[in-house]
Amino acid sequence: MLFFENIFLALNGLRANKIRSLLTMLGIIIGIASVIAITSVGNALTSSTMSSMSDLGATQITLGVQQRSDEKGNEDTEGLVFMDNRSRNVKEEDMMDEDMVRDIFDTFSDRLKEYRLTNSIGEGIIKSGSKDVKVNITGNNNEAMEGADVKMLSGRLFTVKDQEEGKKVAVLSDKVVDEVLKTGYEDALGKEITVILNGEFHHFTVVGVYEFDDTRLSYALSGSDATEMYIPIRTSFMEVHKKELYQSIVLEFTPGTDSDALLGEIQDYANDRYYRNNRNFNVKAFSNASLLQELEKSLQAMSLGISVVAAISLLVGGIGVMNIMLVSIQERTKEIGTRKALGATNSSIRMQFIVEAIVLCTVGGLIGVIVGVGMGYLATVIMSNMSGGGGGAIDFDIPYNGIIVALIFSASVGIFFGYYPANKAAKMNPIDALRYE
Amino acid sequence: MQSREDPIIDAHGIYKRYYIGQPNELEILHGIDIQIYPGEFVAIVGASGSGKSTLMNILGVLDKPTEGEYYLDGIDVGQSDDTELSTIRNQKIGFVFQTYNLISRQSAIKNVELPMLYAGMGRGARVRRAKELMEMVGMGERMHHNPDELSGGQKQRVAIARAMGNDPAIILADEPTGALDTKTGRLVMDLFHELNEKHGKTVVLITHSPELAEESQRILTLSDGLIVGEREGKGHAVL
Repeated sequence: MLFFENIFLALNGLRANKIRSLLTMLGIIIGIASVIAITSVGNALTSSTMSSMSDLGATQITLGVQQRSDEKGNEDTEGLVFMDNRSRNVKEEDMMDEDMVRDIFDTFSDRLKEYRLTNSIGEGIIKSGSKDVKVNITGNNNEAMEGADVKMLSGRLFTVKDQEEGKKVAVLSDKVVDEVLKTGYEDALGKEITVILNGEFHHFTVVGVYEFDDTRLSYALSGSDATEMYIPIRTSFMEVHKKELYQSIVLEFTPGTDSDALLGEIQDYANDRYYRNNRNFNVKAFSNASLLQELEKSLQAMSLGISVVAAISLLVGGIGVMNIMLVSIQERTKEIGTRKALGATNSSIRMQFIVEAIVLCTVGGLIGVIVGVGMGYLATVIMSNMSGGGGGAIDFDIPYNGIIVALIFSASVGIFFGYYPANKAAKMNPIDALRYE
Repeated sequence: MQSREDPIIDAHGIYKRYYIGQPNELEILHGIDIQIYPGEFVAIVGASGSGKSTLMNILGVLDKPTEGEYYLDGIDVGQSDDTELSTIRNQKIGFVFQTYNLISRQSAIKNVELPMLYAGMGRGARVRRAKELMEMVGMGERMHHNPDELSGGQKQRVAIARAMGNDPAIILADEPTGALDTKTGRLVMDLFHELNEKHGKTVVLITHSPELAEESQRILTLSDGLIVGEREGKGHAVL
């Protein structure tokens, strides 16, 4: 009861001395605001980086055929070759087939979730009157289709039958539907489209329409205005009359897996089993996960550094609070004497001033939280605009945990720095205090 | 002459010294005996420097004597610790000061609630009693004003209401009219008479004014740290 009276009293005191209270709280405000702003910006950056990275494959291992680096005279051409299949003469016997992929997957199925098969067969053109609409024709197995994580507007993805029989079906972007078919997305289903690829005409039936998302990092990196046209993986090989062979595949591992270890194991297994006798080529596994970890680490280091600065600011703020409490107690000596004459015990006087310090710090902390959330929000908006959409939208989340910690911390600062002045007040001799002018 | 009851204030051989053991050791009170009985209206008069304030501090349990015994309502004050002294002040004594000593950041009624707050009284009962007391001193209209919005006489009336908070046996008033003009001083003195006569409070009035002292039932004259005279007063207002 006395506690609540004390809170009320302390708030009254804050109102009575607005400027002084504000100046006193400034250290706390700056400290808390910077912690909150930094953590919210840090969180937003981390999560947006994470989502951009997983867009590129944070939980993926890419297994690709590469030219042996130990081959004589070929050191200078070391590197992955699957990026460009024309400049290197990878023969059919050097590539991976689905049986091999399945074997690798089965061997490491304790840590692998699925394998994704993708076969890009090139940029096709769909004629729309006098206008050419470009599409990247990509064959996907169903796992790769799921992995593409597109938002369907109408229709469906591929069925098992589509995949097995290599049906000539396609999933188009809404952009292509708008430009070519000029119908509603439901009406587009079942329509036939003609795609010109390498001078040949290919016909596909539209089974699905997805929403084209131009904020995706993968799109931003491609530097082309072509959107993906998805077809079943088998179809993609049949259309260009090629055997179902892969220069690279993507393995999706279960989150929490030590990707570096798995990487080595898969690479060794595949090379040992399938490429031991291949004099020119072997496979290499690599992952973006470690890159992501590095990024996360550096973000954490940055947050830590700024938190240290904020802690120092809180310390300085706390000392300011202590200072003003000492002044305030000096000024209110007579009040303390009167309270003691009226029957206040030493502990109730101590409590009054500790509560006052807590209120001062907590109100400062609250203002700091508001300022910090505001600054954090502003910073994410600015960063979002600077990254121009291509880097993926940076979402702002209110850091509730951080707010709770900040408020508890500022209250603790109040207790810590309020105790000494409050104790001094409590121990005042009532007569001296009463006589003080 | 008063032998009907045990004294509520019973002090024997009270000495008060400062700077003990130092070259400038100073003795203010040189062995004072005082007995005040329940329901009495006693004035302690003396010039400034006579030791009035020191005596009042000791009687009000704000300070302990260097030597001597002091029983307040049967409690040996010399044996009590700080917390017990706080409780005694809270429960047994109502202070009225020359400078009112209202807490300026709190409204009049909040000031009156203070002793009850420290006594741990619940909010409802506290507010009810504070209102009654404010009505009693004729301040019912202005109880939510802050002290700096009140005149001197009004402040002192609030202070008297505050002193009555826990219905203490003793009202200890130190120059209560010292800062007031004659007319408002009169009102305040009337309130003390009312507390003494209607509410049966023991009133101890410390003053340097012989006229005010004359209104009490018994006058103790203090000079140079000793009680040098005791006589009966008129016991009522001298008009």
